[in-house]
Amino acid sequence: MLKFIARRLGIMILTAFVLTFVVFFLTNLPPNLEKLARSEGSVRMTDEAVAQWIIDNGHGGSVLGRYGQWLGVAPGWQNVDEKGVARGRCFAAGTDPTVAPTHCGVLQGNWGYSTFFRGPVLQNLGEKLAATGILMLWVMIVMVPSALIIGVVAGMREGSRTDRVLSTFSIATTATPEYVSGVILVALLASPVTGLSPILAKWGWIDGKILFQGAATAGNITFWSFALPVLTIALYGIGYIARMTRASMTEVMTAQYIRTARLKGVGFREVVMRHALRNALIAPFTVIMLQFPWLLNGVVIVETLFNYKGFGWTLVQAAGNNDINLLLGCSVVAVFVVLVTQLISDIGYVFLNPRIRLS
Amino acid sequence: MTDTAKDSGWDPSQPILEIDHLSISFFTRLREIPAVMDFSCKVMAGEAMGLVGESGCGKSTVALAVMRELGKTGKIVAGTIKFKGRDLTHMGQDELQTIRGSEIAMIYQEPMASLNPAMKIGAQLAEVPMIHSGMSKDDAWKLARQIVAYVRLPDPDRIINAYPHQLSGGQQQRIVIAMALMAKPALLILDEPTTALDVTVEAGIVDLVKDLGEKYGTSMLFISHNLGLVMDVCNRICVMYSGEAVETGNVVQVFDKMRHPYTQALFRSIPLPGADKNARPLISIPGNFPLPHERPSGCNFGPRCDYFQKGRCDAADIPMDTVPVDDRHATRCLRWQEIDWDAPPAKREVKVKAPVGRVVLKMEDLKKYYAISSGAFGGGAKKVVKANETLSFEAREGETLAIVGESGCGKSTFAKVLMGLETATSGSIMLFDENVQSTPIQKRNVDTVSSVQMVFQNPFDTLNPSMTVGRQIIRALEIFKHGKSDADRQARMLELLDLVKLPRAFADRMPRQLSGGQKQRVGIARAFAGGAKVVVADEPVSALDVSVQAAVTDLLMDIQRENRTTLLFISHDLSIVRYLSDRVMVMYLGHVVEMGTTDQVFSPPYHPYTEALLSAVPIADTKVIRKRIVLDGDIPSAVNPPPGCPFQTRCRWKSQVTPAGLCDREMPPVQVLEGGHQIKCHLSAEVFASMEPVIKIAAE
Repeated sequence: MLKFIARRLGIMILTAFVLTFVVFFLTNLPPNLEKLARSEGSVRMTDEAVAQWIIDNGHGGSVLGRYGQWLGVAPGWQNVDEKGVARGRCFAAGTDPTVAPTHCGVLQGNWGYSTFFRGPVLQNLGEKLAATGILMLWVMIVMVPSALIIGVVAGMREGSRTDRVLSTFSIATTATPEYVSGVILVALLASPVTGLSPILAKWGWIDGKILFQGAATAGNITFWSFALPVLTIALYGIGYIARMTRASMTEVMTAQYIRTARLKGVGFREVVMRHALRNALIAPFTVIMLQFPWLLNGVVIVETLFNYKGFGWTLVQAAGNNDINLLLGCSVVAVFVVLVTQLISDIGYVFLNPRIRLS
Repeated sequence: MTDTAKDSGWDPSQPILEIDHLSISFFTRLREIPAVMDFSCKVMAGEAMGLVGESGCGKSTVALAVMRELGKTGKIVAGTIKFKGRDLTHMGQDELQTIRGSEIAMIYQEPMASLNPAMKIGAQLAEVPMIHSGMSKDDAWKLARQIVAYVRLPDPDRIINAYPHQLSGGQQQRIVIAMALMAKPALLILDEPTTALDVTVEAGIVDLVKDLGEKYGTSMLFISHNLGLVMDVCNRICVMYSGEAVETGNVVQVFDKMRHPYTQALFRSIPLPGADKNARPLISIPGNFPLPHERPSGCNFGPRCDYFQKGRCDAADIPMDTVPVDDRHATRCLRWQEIDWDAPPAKREVKVKAPVGRVVLKMEDLKKYYAISSGAFGGGAKKVVKANETLSFEAREGETLAIVGESGCGKSTFAKVLMGLETATSGSIMLFDENVQSTPIQKRNVDTVSSVQMVFQNPFDTLNPSMTVGRQIIRALEIFKHGKSDADRQARMLELLDLVKLPRAFADRMPRQLSGGQKQRVGIARAFAGGAKVVVADEPVSALDVSVQAAVTDLLMDIQRENRTTLLFISHDLSIVRYLSDRVMVMYLGHVVEMGTTDQVFSPPYHPYTEALLSAVPIADTKVIRKRIVLDGDIPSAVNPPPGCPFQTRCRWKSQVTPAGLCDREMPPVQVLEGGHQIKCHLSAEVFASMEPVIKIAAE
């Protein structure tokens, strides 16, 4: 067990290095750095000044060297600019470089300075992650039970009318990307001019002009503001997980031991609840765990659409504003979320299914 | 509730189960496929009715119809099924549910698949009385424990708390039987209950089932393709062919005085270990089983029947006709009174056995060990599985060497090592004069690979489903670098089809268009494509129906005779081994326990395991008297073999060994008796001399 986890952790760390290096390389391409120089320095700088700015601010040298500095395994850069002020990665301009630590990177807890937030990356990212965490939690609470129920109910009588109705629903929701379903939901439920809201407002059933809020903020979470973002992400996942659960359930329902149970005289309800359910839930478990990384994807779109200031919104802002450090921070978080959920899924699978042995 | 139902005015002198002119069809989008037509049978209280026939003849469909479990597509289109006088065909779901499991119980072919993998054995058993008689959970578990002990399972307390995957196949089948017994049913339906099990385990299960019939007077509907097994268990028999009952009657009468050509052909196509192969050669049934929608008019068996008369047998549907005098004996044949049933089968040409040539294959002290780990995540203590231990033998040109043993005895591992799919741990394999034991198949040269080929057990899985038959054989020829041009190979492929007696037109067919026997012929053609000198046949006929087994076996022998091939015939079926092999090697837990010529192995002195194996094989001949030796328990795991002799845990001769306890301590030496007959046993020569033959033929 420990050996297995250690091996998986080893692979995870290796993957994290490779992925962060790829992101680092792409975000540190020369055109990006020039853009950074012009936005941080002055728009009207000459080309020579831009080159000088890049070197002065530690963006010169080899990519590998800079990646090492960012990681914190190579000593941070330091130099003295034309005004005689000492500048470096590990200390504020003008302070004494001798008292500052030599190494300061991700490993030391220094994730760099975000040009977008005008503050340290780590602290800002932490706040945004917490906000996204709340969103994800509600998505899971809505998505997992409803998907499993839909899947089991559809799968227990394959080909029946219930099955066809629920399957159509699941296929429709999975086939609709978040940026479509989100817009439809907003137009339908959160617009003062179209959809349900104007009708309800006219009848006097709602106080304001709109039924649901079209935007959400982390500090002010209510049912009315949070329902649409949660629903938008959950809808997609519901369809997907329900399809998987249904497939697993229909397979179990045709298994011989279900026939055994039926021919023992067990009623249909009991057959489903006692004999089929546990066996049918083994396969969807992996799928649900695989949904975590996929949720990150949905989060980017939904947070932008509903202007919810979380991780996905941060990622979009970082990319849009050429905030290299913030972008790198986001990628580190994403990589770890994906890898950790995969580890949990593998371990959990072994416990759910006693017949499986990993080797 | 069920108790009142059980006593609901049913007269015990009436049949328990009465099926009357039953017809069942499956409805697909294209057409209606009749699966069972005009089927009638009666099962009286305490009677065991055997339902035999080849796969696809509709015997399982009848069983499932009794349970009213035909799926969405199956429908009973005519006739009635009466259980204790009540018509099951028009019964509502609620009423059916009270009968299922409490009055009619079923035992299935694959015990592992029939048990819920995520529920404890006890819970699955206790459920039955809890549903049907509202028993409390504690009482139900107590009853479950009792029944588990009753089906002779060791350590019932541990077993009721175990999950199905923790038990062996034989134990699982006992649990399925226990489940059927929980409510003391009046009728038990057994659908090929021992097909997935080894012969010695099968013998134990058959004993248990027979016991049940005698003790509780339970009626049984016993479905099997194995005629010998039906004779062991049943009083009555019903032979089915292509959806119809063709002959029914008392077991002994049907076996001795069959009155339907299909029954006769079936008996002539199975090898009987009691009979001499020269006096009674196998005769296969010509042609193929008709598909349900391609049945001929008139007699279904007509096109394959020796007694067929045009214009009469194919004129109209043939009704069942009672054979007078006999005990409820009936046959579906128009000409049964005209046929001379005692006439011996047409003489076949006697084929001369090819002389045995030089040594082709020689194995010495071959060992194959596997290392496995026990932990859930790949950790844990490393264990060694000794799949083959000190295997030594030689096989000569043109010889058939049979390797016999039950699952887990190491016979398949041996085949893999020989083929080069695995490499041996130690020892040597000499093929011709080349040492191949440590050369994996990827590194063997084309000559070596093409000279050692294999015919596989399951022809359904071993052909590529998306390649034509001809293309698959040509592919083998290309790999073996046979022929100079595509035209050469095409010609050779057609020759190979002739060799395995398939029409040349089959070259363009897809595997799915072929029957099982035809697929196996393609498999044989492929194996012989490169002019194989040694062919390993791993249970080549066990997946086939009995009527085609004989034809495929004969084909293998014919090709062997022509090409002087060395045939290593791996099988658990002792009847067929006796029929075709020159020498026999019996394996148990990786050891060769006995080796000798076929006559030496099949007559005393035996190794105690061989003796038990021989006695476990059911024989479909009323004249054969067989000593019953039922082994206790299961084959020990190869991971944890017993100390000393591998067979000592189940041996009935153990007490005769002096000094006592020798078997527990020491691996027995190989004793060489006269004629080079080898037995790995501690028993003394006197004890060996006192052994009696297991199979005797009663005086006529």
